[in-house]
Amino acid sequence: MAEIRNYTMNFGPQHPAAHGVLRLVLEMDGETVVRADPHIGLLHRATEKLAESKPFNQTVGYLDRLDYMSMMCNEHAYVRAIEQLLGIEPPPRAQWIRTMFDEITRFSNHLLWVGSCGLDLGAMTVFLYAFREREMVMDMYEAVSGARMHAAYYRPGGVYRDLPDSVPQYGETRWTKGRDLKRRNEWRQGSLLDFIEAFARDVPQRIDEYETLLTDNRIWKQRTVGIGVVSPEKAIEMGFSGVMLRGSGIEWDLRKKQPYAMYDQVDFDVPVGIAGDCYDRYLVRIEEMRQSARIILQCVDWLRRNPGHVMLKNFKVIPPTREEMKDDMEALIHHFKLFTEGYCVPVGETYAAVEAPKGEFGCYLVSDGANKPFRLHFRAPGFAHLSGMNELTRGHMLADAVAIISTLDLVFGEVDR
Amino acid sequence: MNGKIKSLEESFNDRFGNRVVAGTSTAGIPTFEVAVQSWLEVCRTLRDDEEFCYRQLTDLCGVDYLGYGQGEWETTDATDSGFGRGVEGEGPGRFAWANRPEGKDVPQRFGVVAHLLSYRHNRRLRLRCFAPAEGMPIVPSLVDVWSSANWYEREAFDLFGIVFEGHPDLRRILTDYGFTGHPFRKDFPLIGNVAVRYDAQKKRVVYEPVEIEPRVLVPRVIRADSRYKSDAIDRAADARAEQVAAAARTPGKGSGNG
Repeated sequence: MAEIRNYTMNFGPQHPAAHGVLRLVLEMDGETVVRADPHIGLLHRATEKLAESKPFNQTVGYLDRLDYMSMMCNEHAYVRAIEQLLGIEPPPRAQWIRTMFDEITRFSNHLLWVGSCGLDLGAMTVFLYAFREREMVMDMYEAVSGARMHAAYYRPGGVYRDLPDSVPQYGETRWTKGRDLKRRNEWRQGSLLDFIEAFARDVPQRIDEYETLLTDNRIWKQRTVGIGVVSPEKAIEMGFSGVMLRGSGIEWDLRKKQPYAMYDQVDFDVPVGIAGDCYDRYLVRIEEMRQSARIILQCVDWLRRNPGHVMLKNFKVIPPTREEMKDDMEALIHHFKLFTEGYCVPVGETYAAVEAPKGEFGCYLVSDGANKPFRLHFRAPGFAHLSGMNELTRGHMLADAVAIISTLDLVFGEVDR
Repeated sequence: MNGKIKSLEESFNDRFGNRVVAGTSTAGIPTFEVAVQSWLEVCRTLRDDEEFCYRQLTDLCGVDYLGYGQGEWETTDATDSGFGRGVEGEGPGRFAWANRPEGKDVPQRFGVVAHLLSYRHNRRLRLRCFAPAEGMPIVPSLVDVWSSANWYEREAFDLFGIVFEGHPDLRRILTDYGFTGHPFRKDFPLIGNVAVRYDAQKKRVVYEPVEIEPRVLVPRVIRADSRYKSDAIDRAADARAEQVAAAARTPGKGSGNG
């Protein structure tokens, strides 16, 4: 009788289901995974080291490129860490804007997730549906910061600028004209807040559409129910956070448990799963999108009623405006100092965490009193989730490994940093 | 918040005595320094004891304290032609691989910082442990206490060269296969060591010494001013800005365009 041995298989780094650049070395027994050894670091850019040679503000842009699917949430953790050490607190309007854009970001992340997870498991249509809505989220980013993805919008002391009064509209092209063009621009007639409100009111129906495609879909359930089960104790021990924790039935959400920004003033529910499998994680993410829409509407309401500053006026940390520089010598000096040297952050260390769409995104900042961080470390949720990969895939079929990678919601920008 | 930290500090003292030293706490996260000999034991107690119940290791990272608190912007002399300052030498990021500074034996150079989270008490905790100064930086591994330590320790080993004793699989994790050195050490050049490119003639990827020049634009400046500290300044500045804006809105009372 021939001897049957396990064989080793290489999965990625160039594989569409590897979500970027994951190289997975799998030890297979037939089609069953015996051991999974993820090789990461192919997208390692040493962001933490680069930050050590730059003034604090210049690193904000790098943060967008960590988890490049939830840009503003990363920025939020970083600016919160700086604000904690400086002992400053942004004005309430900035906090509300941050809350709103954190949720818009969560939305955009989950939209991408549901689309790409669908693709991985053979459901092409969801991707097209999800990207239809995601395009509008990108427009919101662009309207407020000028960039569709890498916004660099949150700054220590507030947000870069107030919400604009108008939203860019579609122009006429050969493919979009007449009634079609009018429909596309219908929500964009007023201010950005009007646009966001129209979007958030409409979006629950759009989520229903995704659900009709997936939730009761027989194939979808066959691929996800009972796959990659994580017990609550195991989830905590392996350092999981966010949906990976809530999918296993642990009601833990930093927005509720350790509120930041204005999360203690908005009303929302935290969905939790029961079984801790891929299907539950899918359901949790879908419900989180609905809750995000709820939060966004509350933020829109508050922001409409309360105009005000979006940036502190502390010129030792925050640059003055152009107008102020034109007729105030002090403002000019401050501007010069801030852009040649930056500001010094008092000696100390802090850890600021936010509930990013993927889980707990933390920023550990050590300052020795200089104008640059002494050490900056990011706690990326995906890093912890991927480290549990071996545990999760053991005993599953190869195709299930794809489902598991997908519901871990990995983005290699943050795993590799 | 403060009361909570105090009581935690007391229970720490009761439990661990002089094996831990309390540090400062920012943003409600108490910090404790643990001697390397009792690192494992303290961590295990923190996990299992009902009073602490830190069931999750949220984060663990290495820190290289070489050059902590050193600026690059010192005035040495002042003459009528200018100041004797300017950035020279081998500050952070300003050296290449060939002239990297000697990593001297600095006491308490490599630290391991762990962040713990207790779900039951909704508390966080920061622990720091310094590797011994002589020889290789060796710290006991926490993998047996929290399995999430596995990759975090691999990362700290890869980036800082901290060796975790008892780790089951201490391989590099983020850097390239066959990488030399530990890139996040302060004496590792910011520009790196080798560059990778595709050689069309050899039809393969080749490794070459890095060619770019070190280039750090902003000097590292340390200012311990009181000006950054006060909330009162913020509020006063806000109020003043409000006044100016109000004056500008009122016709005839504006500051004028003179």
